[in-house]
Amino acid sequence: MLLAAIAIGVVIVALLWDLVLPSVKEAVERWKARRAIIPGSSYDPGRERRAEQRARQLLRSCVNDEEWAMYSDLGFIRVWGGLSRAPRRGRISEDPRAGAPYAYLVYPHKPIVAYLPQTGELLNEYCVEFPDETRPYGSSRLPDSDDVLAKWMALTGDERRLLSMANMHLPGRQVDPKRVRRDLWHLSQWERERLRRAGRSQGEVGAA
Amino acid sequence: MKPGHGEVLIAEGDVEVAREEELLIEEFRHQLDQGMWAAVPERTTVGRREARMIKAFEDIPRDADRVIFFPRAAGGV
Repeated sequence: MLLAAIAIGVVIVALLWDLVLPSVKEAVERWKARRAIIPGSSYDPGRERRAEQRARQLLRSCVNDEEWAMYSDLGFIRVWGGLSRAPRRGRISEDPRAGAPYAYLVYPHKPIVAYLPQTGELLNEYCVEFPDETRPYGSSRLPDSDDVLAKWMALTGDERRLLSMANMHLPGRQVDPKRVRRDLWHLSQWERERLRRAGRSQGEVGAA
Repeated sequence: MKPGHGEVLIAEGDVEVAREEELLIEEFRHQLDQGMWAAVPERTTVGRREARMIKAFEDIPRDADRVIFFPRAAGGV
């Protein structure tokens, strides 16, 4: 009788064990996971902001005062192109734009837009990036102002080389032409105001 | 220039001191080997600021106060 009771008990325990074991295991795993020490993430939300502040200081120390003011007020820089060649004497170029001065609008992390300042005609978009493949800080993107400075240095230092690296597209592929025209209008207003202010301060100096 | 960090000082020294110049040359080459471009901001004769791209240490003007390294340009999408 006793033997039968023990056998029944063993069977019950074995059946219960099978039922209870998975949930016990799960509870133990959960408890371990809660107690586990997770290596702290080194992400610092202020890092990008500080990087941008440093980049702005660097940009300011490199570009012309007018360009810095333009970037601060309008969010882009105009860089004059240096590769235009006037048609040779005695020859008439088929392209009426030959020799006309041209310029670029340099936006952070957007293609460089080439245009003719005299007519406002948009010429091309030059898609170019400065990826740091070593990714020392987890991202391959430079801060905005560093991207602008890199483009400015490459354009003023070796325009031809930069253009040869860039992917050229017709205007409007990535930068909305309406936006560019609006920016050009803002730029002309901004320059007019700047000239007016400069004239006024010169007048004040002359009067004094 | 470094992503996520902005400006980072890599090395500094006086090119008139042989030992420091050696260090600067070594670091300059190291940066170029890593695929960086180098430029020196300078003023033109008419007072405009622009950059000079540097391909060899000897091209750096002796009076340059800094050389800026930045990632090499690549065609974007």
